[in-house]
Amino acid sequence: MSKFNDDQLKEFSRLVARYPEGKQKSALLPVLHLAQDSFGGWLSAETMDYVAELLQISPIEVYEVATFYSMYNLKPIGKHLFEVCQTGPCMINGSDDIIDYIGTKLGIKPGETTTDGMFSLKTVECLGACGYAPMMQLGKHYREHLTKEKVDAIIDECRKNAAANN
Amino acid sequence: MGVKLLLEKAHVPGIRFFETYRKEGGYQAVEKALKQMDPAAIVEEVKKSGLRGRGGAGFPAGMKWSFIAKPEGVPRHLVCNADESEPGTFKDRYLMEFLPHLLIEGLIISSFALGSNDTYIYIRGEYAWIVDILEQAIDEAKANGFLGKNILGTGFDCNIYVQRGAGAYICGEETALIESLEGKRGNPRIKPPFPAIEGLWKRPTVVNNVETLAAVVPIINMGGDEYAKIGVGRSTGTKLISACGNINKPGVYEIDMTISVEEFIYSDEYCGGIANGKRLKACIPGGSSVPILPANLLLKTAKGETRLMNYESLSDGGFATGSMMGSGGFIVLDEDQCIVKNTYTLARFYRHESCGQCSPCREGTGWMEKILKNIDTGKGKMSDIDLLWDIQRKIEGNTICPLGDAAAWPVAAAIRHFRDEFEWHVNHPEDAQKRNYGLAHYADPIHVPA
Repeated sequence: MSKFNDDQLKEFSRLVARYPEGKQKSALLPVLHLAQDSFGGWLSAETMDYVAELLQISPIEVYEVATFYSMYNLKPIGKHLFEVCQTGPCMINGSDDIIDYIGTKLGIKPGETTTDGMFSLKTVECLGACGYAPMMQLGKHYREHLTKEKVDAIIDECRKNAAANN
Repeated sequence: MGVKLLLEKAHVPGIRFFETYRKEGGYQAVEKALKQMDPAAIVEEVKKSGLRGRGGAGFPAGMKWSFIAKPEGVPRHLVCNADESEPGTFKDRYLMEFLPHLLIEGLIISSFALGSNDTYIYIRGEYAWIVDILEQAIDEAKANGFLGKNILGTGFDCNIYVQRGAGAYICGEETALIESLEGKRGNPRIKPPFPAIEGLWKRPTVVNNVETLAAVVPIINMGGDEYAKIGVGRSTGTKLISACGNINKPGVYEIDMTISVEEFIYSDEYCGGIANGKRLKACIPGGSSVPILPANLLLKTAKGETRLMNYESLSDGGFATGSMMGSGGFIVLDEDQCIVKNTYTLARFYRHESCGQCSPCREGTGWMEKILKNIDTGKGKMSDIDLLWDIQRKIEGNTICPLGDAAAWPVAAAIRHFRDEFEWHVNHPEDAQKRNYGLAHYADPIHVPA
């Protein structure tokens, strides 16, 4: 089972130190982000149990939070997660076409991962980029004003990055 | 050009950093507030300014502050609501990305006024890169003596922390936000007790929107009375509007609340008109949960008066013929847009975001989504329209928090104003899938492209 390394433990301590003594549970959301980023982009039951142990709370308190918030992935995902907004303002600017295009291009439906484990596609609800629609989140950042050409370029960029890191 | 109190300096190169922000007059309001004023005087200025909560509810900020309990020996907290998630709304994001120090400055003054030594910014999880921008601004402010211990030698201690959410619209509701900040599911609490009495960790807490807290800076600089002179009636000061949809110039605009809706949509200073030479069909003027208005009721009230971009005018006519200022998320729909499809995506949004605590919302949002999807895809029945009306009425007012109302209102308004379009979908199942109902009587009668 994976545990935080020293740098990650340092970040963990920084997060917990923001709250009064005995209120360390408040750090749960940021610590789950840290765990997800540290352990392959998703939260396994073992990871959640580990977080519970670190925060000295019961595992169920972690599960109920992890299952409530949409940003926590509870099963493995691809190396690159395309989270494409489909709510009203993006829809009227053509997000349906973008989602179809990505799906066709990668051969997957929303909620699926390519067989090589490289890409996952997820539809999400409003991310607050309505003026720059259609858009998606890729990692920490937003990709906005999406067109088919831009999607092609993003997919190429992801493949190149993955190749460079191997 | 209207008055700009918040975004005036947004495009100064380097304004994101302390040095430039300070050079441009930043942090003078903190000096004034902490050195020359006491907390009660600051609350008084905010009351005089008439500033209303900019997150959507429009509750007077000074009054909200005056409710905070001050039990002996119990710490109090200010929490900044940066969980901007209302579809159509992206103004707080803009403010935080471009002017992080304006927010930090507002937070320091407000923390001083409320007696909060540990202040939290709860930001939506997806705005991950903005967390870095804010934390850098906080570090800079601290390094320059505006945060931390004994700020400017006044004896006031204050730290600001940024907490990331993880994807939940409901956490924009203040008690759900507090639950989330305590490391729990974002289930809204039953009120009372209100957060001002029992909030974060059962301590007295004030939760304010990003834009509200930023507006405290100009209020302190110019004085509450001067601030109140800008705008009209109870819509004082300036408001950030995030404009999106089928317009030529989507983006974030600061308006003083005297301009007309027509000017906002068609003038080059703001939205620059409808994109691609199309006609205006409808608009959701204050974020997805406020009632959608057909163009004819948007530009003029039912009484035939010019509708203005402010709290009173946008709600003129109540829900029968008016809407709301809400969060300032201004969504414009052109003649090609399908009201049924648009309403369906919003119903899907609210079903996705319902926390599930209250049955009317948990079940009702799911039913509305399914029925709307059926109508949109040509599988609807005429009785579905009345069923939708019935469901939304049974959600509204019957839930712990306003998400139920927020889910009900868009459906109600769509049926109220566009019933013929719903009926057309039922009667023309084949055509419905091509979504070409067209314009009908409610299109903008004034701006007709040649």
